[in-house]
Amino acid sequence: MTTRGIVGGALVALMLALAILAPLLVPDTWATEMDMLARLSPPSLAHPLGTDQLGRDLMWRVMLGARTSILIAGAAVLMSLVIGLPLGVVSGYFGGWIDNVLMRIVDATLAFPALLLALTISAVLGPNLRNTIIAIGVAFTPYLARIIRGEALRVARMPYIEGARAAGTTDTMIILRHVLPNIMAPIIVQATISLAFAILAEAGLSFLGLGTQPPDSSWGLMIQASRDYLDRAPWTALVPGAAVALTVLGLNMFGDVLRDVLDPRHAMPAKPA
Amino acid sequence: MSALVDIDGLTVGFRTADGPVTAVADVSFTVAPGETVCVVGESGSGKSVTSLSLMRLVEFGGGAILDGRLRFDAAAGPLDVARASDATMRGLRGNEIGMIFQEPMTSLNPVFTIGRQMVDGLRLHRNLARAAARARAVELLREVRIPEPERRLDQYPHELSGGMRQRVVIAMAMACRPRLLIADEPTTALDVTIQAEILGLIDRLKRETGMAVLFITHDMAVVAQMADRVVVMRGGRVVETGPVERIFAAPQADYTRALLAAVPRLGEMADRPAPEPMRIPGAPVPAARPSAPPGDAAPILELRHLTTRFPVRTGMLRRVTANVHAVEDVSFALAAGRTLSLVGESGCGKSTTGRSVLRLVEPTSGEIRLGGRDITDLGGRDLRRLRRDVQMIFQDPFASLNPHMRLAQQVAEPMRNFGTARGRELADRVADLFDRVQLPRSFLNRYPHELSGGQRQRVAIARALSVGPKVIVADEAVSALDVSVQAQVLNLMMELQADLGLSFLFISHDMAVVERVSHDVAVMYLGRIVEIGPRAAVFADPRHPYTRRLLASVPIADPARRREFAQADTAPIPSPVHPAGYVAPRSEYREVAPGHRVLV
Repeated sequence: MTTRGIVGGALVALMLALAILAPLLVPDTWATEMDMLARLSPPSLAHPLGTDQLGRDLMWRVMLGARTSILIAGAAVLMSLVIGLPLGVVSGYFGGWIDNVLMRIVDATLAFPALLLALTISAVLGPNLRNTIIAIGVAFTPYLARIIRGEALRVARMPYIEGARAAGTTDTMIILRHVLPNIMAPIIVQATISLAFAILAEAGLSFLGLGTQPPDSSWGLMIQASRDYLDRAPWTALVPGAAVALTVLGLNMFGDVLRDVLDPRHAMPAKPA
Repeated sequence: MSALVDIDGLTVGFRTADGPVTAVADVSFTVAPGETVCVVGESGSGKSVTSLSLMRLVEFGGGAILDGRLRFDAAAGPLDVARASDATMRGLRGNEIGMIFQEPMTSLNPVFTIGRQMVDGLRLHRNLARAAARARAVELLREVRIPEPERRLDQYPHELSGGMRQRVVIAMAMACRPRLLIADEPTTALDVTIQAEILGLIDRLKRETGMAVLFITHDMAVVAQMADRVVVMRGGRVVETGPVERIFAAPQADYTRALLAAVPRLGEMADRPAPEPMRIPGAPVPAARPSAPPGDAAPILELRHLTTRFPVRTGMLRRVTANVHAVEDVSFALAAGRTLSLVGESGCGKSTTGRSVLRLVEPTSGEIRLGGRDITDLGGRDLRRLRRDVQMIFQDPFASLNPHMRLAQQVAEPMRNFGTARGRELADRVADLFDRVQLPRSFLNRYPHELSGGQRQRVAIARALSVGPKVIVADEAVSALDVSVQAQVLNLMMELQADLGLSFLFISHDMAVVERVSHDVAVMYLGRIVEIGPRAAVFADPRHPYTRRLLASVPIADPARRREFAQADTAPIPSPVHPAGYVAPRSEYREVAPGHRVLV
């Protein structure tokens, strides 16, 4: 295990623990309790990470916000994988007119910036947790589909695919047994990077008021609320910002390591023949 | 005569993820002016690292010269390359030491014209004005026998054939009149007729300019053709050094003897009609096998007028404006238990023919008959069943196995597909197949990357055998293997043929191997079979001009039988691309001897 793996794994584990455990251990009220005498107070013993404009404790808010942010990001990426994977694999493996039709649709969606697309969807469906997930999931699908198609196309041209066909393997089995395992590594890396972007997208949507709605807290919402006080109380932006940055960093490092672990060439020490 | 290059105790190490690795240890040899020294060895022998060290290019690959002296007699006086400054090295590279690499397409920059690339080098090293550099470039292209050099200067690399490109690379290496030319496998990626031209050219340039040549190769036949002296390497060490005649006539080291024994020599099968096993160094020659059934027995596989064309689409509407006539009116019959070799150079259609047999590409017209049954239009389930009878072994053992699947699974896959065995029985069958191809059962649960090339090719063979095919199409199945491993895999294939009555469609460009393993030979050129017949007849009495040219181009692993390679045939290579609507003439043959037919 490399340092990168340990650090990345630890960061991801920490954020997951926050998202799962914080809501169980920390009463919601702690994050919404307003201390009007200590509004915008810098980090102190009473409020280790400071407070926001309403005097709410940033440490509790960032811990409880983790659940919303990570839930939305995770569900959104899962959704884009569920749609994008079959799309991309079918497109890349079969090629021809199937590929043309599917990829033109994907290209058309790609023409809209992801965030703009998510904004539109969220605005049309109405901002709430479920719709935020749908908005980000749909907006991210074409990117994943494109990358998956490229990988499937590359693998579909490998001699072992032709070998499998020559051995009488059906297309379905070729996709399941030969194509998928060989494109998993780049997809996982891409998915972890997408997770990072999805956290940012959720922050962006919430920042514009089309994501998480108060009184729920999410990191994006916290950053949004901080914008008027940046000059006086920069920690109000820095604390949720740091949470986003650390999660993204952890996910990226973890993704790299995951790819290596999934590759049989790295999993075992190579034995000289 | 003092040496131009004196390598003494060279040791090169690489830092890798698994710790430091010594690639070359204590290598010493010399190169005199005007001499060709061939460094020969199998993959991993350290031959390329040695040549890169001489240019100090190993440093760019994460390596370092750990020990030893590399004395080079530069124009300004002798210097030690291992300790020279980076500035000194830049002055040597491409100036006093020229280098040619294996792949002529990748050693030229595709976005610049030939002229631009040559002129840049000349201006840098020779301080020539643009016009003077251009004039010199024309002169150099003429020197390497490139026709119409002025016009070539304005062409891009992709507009030239592989042979022409390698000539340009040589011209560039020769631009500054190097004292030493390093050629690292310069002909490995080229067809044999082009190889002959390039070998002839390098030899002639050496004689004309008096430069020394350090020639890196894995091919003993090329060594016999080119070398004055030979350095045999293995595992990063020098095994043996000596004059080429001595190395071939009386090799001292066991390894050299083994290496030479495994090399088939073109012409050695002249009065032996049946295929014979390869010589395996250190092992007794396997007993001759019962001879195969006669070629006129009922054919198991028959092609009748098979034609495969690929459309070329151009323009906005992607209309078909031309067709690549990859396979044009090809007919042959392959009997049970026999090997028919398809030989020819790249692009001649031999692989497409093989793939058409498995219906991996769709033939345009013609008929494929397997066991008397027309299989040309089979679809769906019938097509899958056909694939039980015809299996394929591919060229690249590193790409033809799924890297994410255990070997046992891969061998089991065809049996699973056809439901021929399951559960316990399946596992037993897979284990038996591993025994059959002489792979230890401990490999069953391994992944492909843990195996060497030869072992992977055995897995591919086991997989092909698993469903009891009648015909195996072997597409350059041993081309990527080292010569000793190649011999073992070929012997295994011949053994299986004798035991199981398999028929092989053996696709290869290696004439010496083909001579040894085939019963019948078909020579392909531009999509057609130009000559077909029993191997002994075709090799002893080639009738078609192309067959003759092909056979005359093959270097022979015997310095006493060096070939005089005629100078370049500069006629443009005819193209298999014809405009849409072109009606290809039929292939008509004249029978010159029983079964021996030549295209008229």
